[in-house]
Amino acid sequence: MREDDDRVSPAKPETRQSETIADPLAADLDQAAAPQLAARKFMFRSSRPENRWRDRTPLAVVLVICAVVLLVTMTLGVGIGSVPLSPVAVWHVVAGGLAGHPENSVAGIIVWQIRLPRVLLAAVVGAALTTAGAVVQVLVRNALADPFLLGVSSGASVGATAVLLLGAFASLGVWAISAGSILGALLAMGAVFAVSSGGRGLAPTQLILCGVVMSALFESVTSFLIFRGNPQATQSVLFWLLGSFGLASWNQLPIPALALLAAMIYLMAHGRTLNALAMGAEPAASLGVDVRRLRRNLFLVTSLMAGVAVAVSGIIGFVGLVVPHIVRLMVGSDHRRVLPTGVLFGASFMVLGDLLARTIVAPQEMPIGVITAFIGAPTLIVLIRRRPYLYGATQ
Amino acid sequence: MSLRLDHLSVDLAGRRIVTGIALAVGDREFAGLVGPNGSGKSTILKTIYRVHRPTAGQILLDGTDLLSLRPREAARRIAVVAQETTSEFDFTVREMVMIGRTPHKRSFDRDTATDRDIVDQAIERVGCEQLAQRRFNTLSGGEKQLVLIARALAQEADHLILDEPTNHLDIHHQVEILEVVAGLGVTVLAALHDLSLASLFCHTIHVLSAGQVVTAGPPSAVLNPETIRRAYGADVLVIEHPDTGTPHLIPRRVQPTIHDHPANGTLARSPAPPDAPA
Repeated sequence: MREDDDRVSPAKPETRQSETIADPLAADLDQAAAPQLAARKFMFRSSRPENRWRDRTPLAVVLVICAVVLLVTMTLGVGIGSVPLSPVAVWHVVAGGLAGHPENSVAGIIVWQIRLPRVLLAAVVGAALTTAGAVVQVLVRNALADPFLLGVSSGASVGATAVLLLGAFASLGVWAISAGSILGALLAMGAVFAVSSGGRGLAPTQLILCGVVMSALFESVTSFLIFRGNPQATQSVLFWLLGSFGLASWNQLPIPALALLAAMIYLMAHGRTLNALAMGAEPAASLGVDVRRLRRNLFLVTSLMAGVAVAVSGIIGFVGLVVPHIVRLMVGSDHRRVLPTGVLFGASFMVLGDLLARTIVAPQEMPIGVITAFIGAPTLIVLIRRRPYLYGATQ
Repeated sequence: MSLRLDHLSVDLAGRRIVTGIALAVGDREFAGLVGPNGSGKSTILKTIYRVHRPTAGQILLDGTDLLSLRPREAARRIAVVAQETTSEFDFTVREMVMIGRTPHKRSFDRDTATDRDIVDQAIERVGCEQLAQRRFNTLSGGEKQLVLIARALAQEADHLILDEPTNHLDIHHQVEILEVVAGLGVTVLAALHDLSLASLFCHTIHVLSAGQVVTAGPPSAVLNPETIRRAYGADVLVIEHPDTGTPHLIPRRVQPTIHDHPANGTLARSPAPPDAPA
């Protein structure tokens, strides 16, 4: 018996009948005369509740904590900058703005016109990438998948690069980059979908391979465009590729926010079937899940969400990969817990990342992709080392 | 609560895997499906739980064509325990068993007190109360199978399909798993590798070879050296199990020579260690 077995609370032995009475500890420690059969029955069962906090904390409590954290990070995100503002000042402006008359003071303009839309966009994109990541990981049954695995980001890069270097969609003005990247994302998505949907639907291995191959293809197109383009435009392409919320404005918000909302409604409706799909296609089928249809819908939902996120903020890596893992450590793998927690936590993560991106080397701005990679890579390595069995290592 | 395969044929990738399978499993019967590797056991089972589609023939559940049921309806009638599955995701045992409630729930439905009771009872019936808070991935192979049986129980189906549930398990867990299944009081169709074990638990055994049923009947009628030679091409001795009188198979060596131990030239035996751990 393991030494930590003595932490187990006796399972009310007096209320159970003979077969289950044999609390293994009782049998092992002080009831040497406990029935042989019962002792044998539990011979191989150590019982160690792992991570009690995770299992006992109601979801509502987790969500409230995460929401408070999000509000705090957003307040900091709006308050900190070249003109520092107190939380009270921030909320004063926000309250006024929400009531319909934003202040015309300097603080009012900084908060309402510049920082607040930026912070909100970061929150929405963080939430969208986290959600997309968590779902893609189920879709391909691989814990190391991220929302860009299926070619969305490389397709979007082609679109955005074409806009920046070749002046495509010039008539759309400030919307040109968004339009170009979302078109590229849709194109890549369609290509991966068409190539990987074979006889048995979107099988994980096919999806991964097609995603990787298509990404490589689209990336080479981007490289070609950069190679042919002029150096100045190339600079802005590079900046876009690493992601930024520097161009955030109120009118960029509705589309990603609506995409996130619609996706979350669909996903929360299917949280249970997502769990079943996480077991694998065959177990899911035996549990009554229409696997083929579910996979197709998940593919569409995640690709659209990732595509919209990329369109407004460029390619911000690691968030969709790392945050779902952190969230699973917090609340377990039940997607009905993971998804809502992920929305709040992913939003906080991104708001904080953007805050760092624009303050670390102020007055210059660091591409946020650099920040998320610097935070994400070590975090992921720690996670992999702590939980090797989740990442393909045998016990 | 009966399951009948009516001249079932299945093609996979253009190749005929099983042909004209006709078998019936009666109410609360424990039926075994045996046969050599590649004889079509898994294909038949997977066709029953809708991974494959039949090319010809029907699967009848109490006389109703299974394919006429919606997937969710079918999953409320037939639960499946396949070979040990590893999960990329870190579900607890309780969460794992709760997944068995999937076919009973609609979109946005929450876990009710009834669901939780059903899950608790399922876990209790397989004797895994002590494991309820553990991570599924940290369990041993035998414990995992018990949990998967509990998941099938939470599904509240009256038919249970088992695809080699005792593979890779030690002898204690092999017997325990089948004992639990036999005690459930549901109609069981199980693909099994170990013929002696099948003989000990099954009411009826269906022997497959090259995608066809060679013979079927109670173990004592089916498990004889001729059938085994015909289906498996293997030479066995059949003795009577001292407890149950059911046939017990003893494999024979292909080369009928006494095997000398290469190290010391003496007759190979495996003496029990003097102080073997209990």
